[in-house]
Amino acid sequence: MLNHLLSGDLPRSRVLALMLVVILAGLLLTPFIFPGAKALNVAAKICIFIVLVSSFDLLLGYTGIVSFAHTMFFGIGAYGIAIALTRFGPTWKGVAVGVVAALAVSLVLSLVIGLFSLRVKAMFYAMITLAVASAFMTMASQFSEFTGGEDGLSFKVPELLTPGFSLREAPFLGVSLDGKLITFYLLIAVTVVLFLVMLRIVNSPFGRVLQAIRENEFRAEALGYRTVSYRTSSNVLSAMFATLAGTLLALWLRYNGPDTSLSFEIMVDLLLMVVIGGMGTLYGSVVGAALFIVAQNYLQDLMKLAGTASAGIPLLRDLVHPDRWLLWLGILFILSVYRFPAGIVGNLRLSAWRKRTQAAREG
Amino acid sequence: MTLALETQDLTIRFGGHVAVSAVSCGFEPGTLTAIVGPNGAGKTTYFNLISGQLKASAGKVLLHGKDISGLSAPQRSLKGIGRAFQLTNLFPNLSVLENIRLAVQSRSGLGHNLWSIWSSHKGIIARAEEVLEAVALTAKRDLAASALPHGDQRKLEVGILMALEPDIFMFDEPTAGMSVDEVPVILDLIRGLKARSDKTILLVEHKMDVVRELSDRIIVLHNGALVADGDPATVIASPIVQEAYLGVEVAK
Repeated sequence: MLNHLLSGDLPRSRVLALMLVVILAGLLLTPFIFPGAKALNVAAKICIFIVLVSSFDLLLGYTGIVSFAHTMFFGIGAYGIAIALTRFGPTWKGVAVGVVAALAVSLVLSLVIGLFSLRVKAMFYAMITLAVASAFMTMASQFSEFTGGEDGLSFKVPELLTPGFSLREAPFLGVSLDGKLITFYLLIAVTVVLFLVMLRIVNSPFGRVLQAIRENEFRAEALGYRTVSYRTSSNVLSAMFATLAGTLLALWLRYNGPDTSLSFEIMVDLLLMVVIGGMGTLYGSVVGAALFIVAQNYLQDLMKLAGTASAGIPLLRDLVHPDRWLLWLGILFILSVYRFPAGIVGNLRLSAWRKRTQAAREG
Repeated sequence: MTLALETQDLTIRFGGHVAVSAVSCGFEPGTLTAIVGPNGAGKTTYFNLISGQLKASAGKVLLHGKDISGLSAPQRSLKGIGRAFQLTNLFPNLSVLENIRLAVQSRSGLGHNLWSIWSSHKGIIARAEEVLEAVALTAKRDLAASALPHGDQRKLEVGILMALEPDIFMFDEPTAGMSVDEVPVILDLIRGLKARSDKTILLVEHKMDVVRELSDRIIVLHNGALVADGDPATVIASPIVQEAYLGVEVAK
């Protein structure tokens, strides 16, 4: 049953299985064990990024295509919801229209980009996506009467999802059962479903062809696989899931603007999360997203503590100043890439595999 | 009898250099034709033109009498032209079994299926295991292809071709760089294919004893042109082969 749900792609490492359980449990229990709005927001962001990073890994890790336009599709999803709910008001119809319209726009764009430019060499493809993404970002801030420009759009969501909505008067285990909580659990449910769907895709016969193309495109063609069509399909699928991640972001924040969903900074974060977690393993996206976002949000707090503790020591005090958190994140990143080139999940699986084969050899 | 494969005036130019020059040649089903010639004679380029990795500047490739010159490499592969490469050309980080399984899967037409689990298609895996057995690699099925020694990589290369079950088998120096005791596995496979007598085999090979033993016919390429064509004994004895291929200066 579990094997089928995970598409036969079990964690294959006890440490990894434990990590995944801890992440899932942590997310599910966040409202009860970590009080406060910040913790809930961090947990929600982890969910959204699990979907986004997984969709990027489908393209980068599994198919071997380097694209810088991934946040563009994320942004299309977020703008789809933002614009639709601004126009139609806070209705479920607005949500549906937003999701469908965003998916349609992403479908067409990713198909066109794929068909026109996947024939060129990897480097040029990366450049083309960079150009398209920049153009899109400029357009999003220029068409301000539609998109709200630099200020973005704040909008109302259907009542069920608003903090004002209440399931029952009395709080449950000290947590009020409001619309924010409902949104949070819906978000987790959608994340789990989308993740499992992507896990199925990468473990399908189709997903296996993608990996073959990543390994040796020339040979895949000689086997009879039309690689352009597979690469384009991968491009489109990955864009669809990124778009859905964008719609989740907008519904959670009840706001969207260029910096929230389109910025190049998110693109860089995405790359870091995929690499830290382990390219070509969807579980890596979960681990990478969770670790990175927790670090991004709590490393500064941790450093603040260390800063107060070391207030008297001149050089150390400056080094652990909260403003230096990016420096430390950078060092952590370089160390992890240097020590674990296959990412956290890649290395966990490798060492588990070594242990198993060694045990088998010793009888 | 219609020819299984035919090339008509097949030519490719790279700038001013004519790598393959107007080669016209037909291949009957059930025969093994050896293609010989010195390095740089255009043998591999000729193969690339037939299997579609290169597009011809002029001339045609006919498969069972139908012009396939306009088709891409994957289309030709699906139509039954199978190719093993001279330089080992595998999926390096995928397992030995997966390398073969991908070839079987291509034949099954399942490639665009994205909602089933790959391992649930037991028939495909079973077929891949059969091929693995035939090329004597069963014990190494779970290793990454890049972790195999050179001789095993050559076997895997041939195994992939077997798994494609083509009508036309094209072997480009299948035993190159193999140790003496590994060569028989490959030769037995080729003999087995020949015995089935419905497959057409093209073999580029430098080892003259292998060529003499296996081939029904030899064609000689030299500077991109077809310079000799006939039964093995006659061709090997002909002055042009002695000169062009064996490098013997023929007395004028």
